Amino acid sequence: MQSPPRRLGVAVVVAVIVVLASIKLNTFRDYQIAEIAVEVTAVAGLTLLTGLSGQISLGHGAFMAIGAYTTALLLMHLGWPFIAVLVLAAAVTAAAGAIVGAAAARLRGPYLAGATLMLGVALPSIAYAYQGVFGGDQGLNVAFTAPGFLGATFPLTRWQAWVSALVALITLVLLANLYYSRIGRNWRAVRDDDVAAALDGVNVAAARILAFVVSASCAGIAGALLAIVTGLVAPGAFTLTLSISLLTAAVIGGLGSLPGALWGSLVIVLVPTYVTDVATSHGLSSSAGSNIPVAAYGAVLILVMLVFPQGIQGGLRRILTLFTGPGPKTPTRKALHEKTSAPHK
Amino acid sequence: MVEFLQFTLSGIVFGMIYAAVALSLVLIWRGTRLLNYAQGGMAMFTTYVAIEVIYRTGSYWAGFVVALAAGVVLGAAFQLTVIRPTINKPPLNGVIVTIGLLTLLEGLAGIFFGGQYRSFPAAFSVTGLKIGTTPLGVSRFDVFTAAAVLVTTLALAAAFKYTTAGLRMRAAAFNATIARLSGIRVARVLTVGWALAGLIGALAGVLVSPSTFLYPNSMDTIFVFGFTAAVIGGLDSPVGAVVGGLLLGIALSYVGGYLGSDLTAVVALGVLVVVLMIRPGGLFSAARVRRV
Amino acid sequence: MKRPQHLINRARRRRWQAAAIVTVAALSAAACSSSSGSSSSGASSSGSSSEALTASAPGITPTQILIGSHQPLTGPAAPGYDEIAPASAAYFSYVNAHGGVYGRKIVYKYLNDAYDPTTTASVVRQLVLQDNVYALFNGLGTPTHLAVVQFLNSEKVPDVFVASGCECWNSPTADPETFGWQLDYVREGKILGQYVKQHFAGKKVAYFYQDDEFGMDGVKGLDDEIPASMVVSKQSYVDTNVNIAPQVAALRASGAQVVISFSIPAFTALLKLNGLKLGFSPQLAVSSVGSDPITLSGLLESFAKQGGATVNGNALTNGIITDDYLPSAGDMSNSWIALFTKVHNQYDAKAPLDGNMFYGMAVAYTFVQAMLKAGRNPTRADLVSTVESGLPQGPMVAPFAYAAGDHAGATGAFIGVIKNGVEVQEGPVLTTDTSASGPITTYTGTGQQAPASGIPSP
Repeated sequence: MQSPPRRLGVAVVVAVIVVLASIKLNTFRDYQIAEIAVEVTAVAGLTLLTGLSGQISLGHGAFMAIGAYTTALLLMHLGWPFIAVLVLAAAVTAAAGAIVGAAAARLRGPYLAGATLMLGVALPSIAYAYQGVFGGDQGLNVAFTAPGFLGATFPLTRWQAWVSALVALITLVLLANLYYSRIGRNWRAVRDDDVAAALDGVNVAAARILAFVVSASCAGIAGALLAIVTGLVAPGAFTLTLSISLLTAAVIGGLGSLPGALWGSLVIVLVPTYVTDVATSHGLSSSAGSNIPVAAYGAVLILVMLVFPQGIQGGLRRILTLFTGPGPKTPTRKALHEKTSAPHK
Repeated sequence: MVEFLQFTLSGIVFGMIYAAVALSLVLIWRGTRLLNYAQGGMAMFTTYVAIEVIYRTGSYWAGFVVALAAGVVLGAAFQLTVIRPTINKPPLNGVIVTIGLLTLLEGLAGIFFGGQYRSFPAAFSVTGLKIGTTPLGVSRFDVFTAAAVLVTTLALAAAFKYTTAGLRMRAAAFNATIARLSGIRVARVLTVGWALAGLIGALAGVLVSPSTFLYPNSMDTIFVFGFTAAVIGGLDSPVGAVVGGLLLGIALSYVGGYLGSDLTAVVALGVLVVVLMIRPGGLFSAARVRRV
Repeated sequence: MKRPQHLINRARRRRWQAAAIVTVAALSAAACSSSSGSSSSGASSSGSSSEALTASAPGITPTQILIGSHQPLTGPAAPGYDEIAPASAAYFSYVNAHGGVYGRKIVYKYLNDAYDPTTTASVVRQLVLQDNVYALFNGLGTPTHLAVVQFLNSEKVPDVFVASGCECWNSPTADPETFGWQLDYVREGKILGQYVKQHFAGKKVAYFYQDDEFGMDGVKGLDDEIPASMVVSKQSYVDTNVNIAPQVAALRASGAQVVISFSIPAFTALLKLNGLKLGFSPQLAVSSVGSDPITLSGLLESFAKQGGATVNGNALTNGIITDDYLPSAGDMSNSWIALFTKVHNQYDAKAPLDGNMFYGMAVAYTFVQAMLKAGRNPTRADLVSTVESGLPQGPMVAPFAYAAGDHAGATGAFIGVIKNGVEVQEGPVLTTDTSASGPITTYTGTGQQAPASGIPSP
């Protein structure tokens, strides 16, 4: 999607579809729309970080936690309107992203993975250390209501779906602009060969840190949305499982692609519920019944990865070329693979 | 002063467990350039197999041996079935497959063995050893744990350095294409690497499960710290895995003893950041060659 | 000439990809078209008693009552706690097989939240907005349930008998739909604390507690009773780190002779094991949350065998002091234990017969009691007002606090000492409140026996 007006147009169409769907479907589906919007926002940032600038993060849940806690604290203590809170949450998380990005600038591959993994584990545990501020294990409550002009009978979940979807769409449009800009090209250059990029005049460290800042902000925004959608910000919501599921969504959907962020988020949000429904409808015994969805989900991840090595977006593109024929040759991600599997002692 | 000794010794014991997990991760990384996120899950599963054998036969050592054998089989089986197809694909695919594998193993463990805590026996006595009347804070079993991991590391390091098989593994990891041209069956070497990693992981599982009790998620935290230890030591170095494990185990023990339980993860992060700032490739990384 | 292997692989993969897409599309179509259960409307006669059964509330039809719950069925918090909901379901099956609630069958739909508040928020909305459950029953966990209290109260869904000992479920003005059930942690702390103060005067006492509101509320109750001069050390642990050797070493170094532990069973067992390692065997007093003798024996059995003799884990649990608000799990002479064991053997035979099992059945009993009292065609508001009017204590050793201004559950417990896998009662049942100065009084009633039919009377 090369031109800004087309991107905006697609975004508007999607927004209209979401509004119509939220009215047509039941209120629980509205909630799922909100959940998906939260995931997409976070996953889109992560997929740019990992796919476009080549930096892996196994701890992006930490940035979501920062955004969520900032939101909860601002709403609780200052009572600002949500839009202001959202901007500030994004800013705080961006600053955190800058710090992490600077610390991580020299790290590659599994070392970056290890550092971000431990970040994802350690950061939420700070909520336990400063219980007075962060509410400890019980967390902080977030009050969020639909505005008065919509009427008293307007379902809160629909309002939450609208707000989340709007914020997600705006974020995606901004990310798409970045993707096709010089910054996006610099990221890809740095990912594929940072020495060549440096020789070409790209400030490698700045590009890498900027990628962290952008992706962290997205996660922070997602965290803010999560706070108003679920209504509670507690460390139990930001475990390592969250960070891993974000990365899984990014890769399953198609690493480095924004539509891929949507496919991945759909898988993460909808597949577990679907598999659980199937299991409970067969009335299985409890221990088997509750673990079958877990095992099935793992099997699905493996299968999707084996059948669609380029993720769902890559697979869709391939299916499309079966009908339309191969398009102009685009640079593949083979370069990324060759770089990280290059021999070194 | 006595507490300091106790903290140090118990830190060493847990550190050796982290070292064992780190060792398996190093083995797989060296061989296949893949992060095996399922390492803890594999260890959990083989430990379940062990407890079932122990339960039915009444013999601890039978279970111990079966666990190690199961680790070999599991490691090789995974590599042959789901890991091999990811070899020439984008590097994160393999990681996601191992994440899927971990989830699958945890689900299967819940289905076949139930989700309850299982008590796992220790090979030797768990009552503490004393010097005079002062308890050291470690038991005979702890000494066995540390020794077992140490012996395994040394055996592995020696095998890498002095045997042809070890040389083949190092060659395949260094440059698969050239190794293949030299006649090395790279595919087989990779499978052997995974089998070995499975074995060491299984060892870590039976050594730590008396302290964690056995349940489908019992190895999750151990894996996180083991991975951290591997990164601290440098993912290409078996010795680094042990050093990283000990460093982490002892640091966490001091924190838990002197500062309180809240801050352990933060301190682990701190240790990791400090090490990686100084040496971005871990403590035992070789100097990086800068290609221009 | 044979096609090169990589082209064969690619063609093969394309076929798999196409097949996968078609399968997913078909499954999605099937999933979208499947409808969710919702209550039917319209009256129909049941044919038995006076008033006809109607669909008097969401989740209630002439034939069934649909209730929902969120439970940790998988994940690190699942071991032990995943037994509770199946146990409740077993008791409901027993009731259904013996006439149900005025002829209606109780359908218990409990969904897995893996102890993640985000998932809890999602599954509870599914239960309320899509499945239209009549009430939320026994939602488990403090941080998890806190994520849905606001929602349940704003949707006016009865939120009964939360499975957590937090004081926070007792706020009738802010959360009128929410009710606790089990003995809260502050009360436990007071009762346990008073016993230790009275029986171990002059000794050095230390606390070992989980670093969350369970442990901290317990400590608050302990501090209400035990003078600060007696307490020599307070050590906390987080349930994600099993290496508690440093904390136990610190306890030993403090010279503590009594250790009061607000820990979950795994960490009670670890406390004992690490004590063995350090040659430290203080008198242990453990909250009911972490003291179930059957669970503890199971955790410790591998280590009891080390002694050489063929003893079971009971050897390592003997002498542990605990409080309990339900009869002890191993006590077959108790009528409730006998009843629930019978139900277990019939409907949930594979599960262990431990404290969690009896907890699940006891809370299910209370729910059936409430539903029977609520009338033949209850609305949601009827359930809330029924509980507020007070409920018989059933298997509880002390009465419930339920009243218009009080949504707390159990008010008291007995102190027991574990002997051979059973908590042997010492002294009377004690009741108290949650305030720092509130007295601890002896409960002079005799409690209730289990009904012969196993079903409460309306």
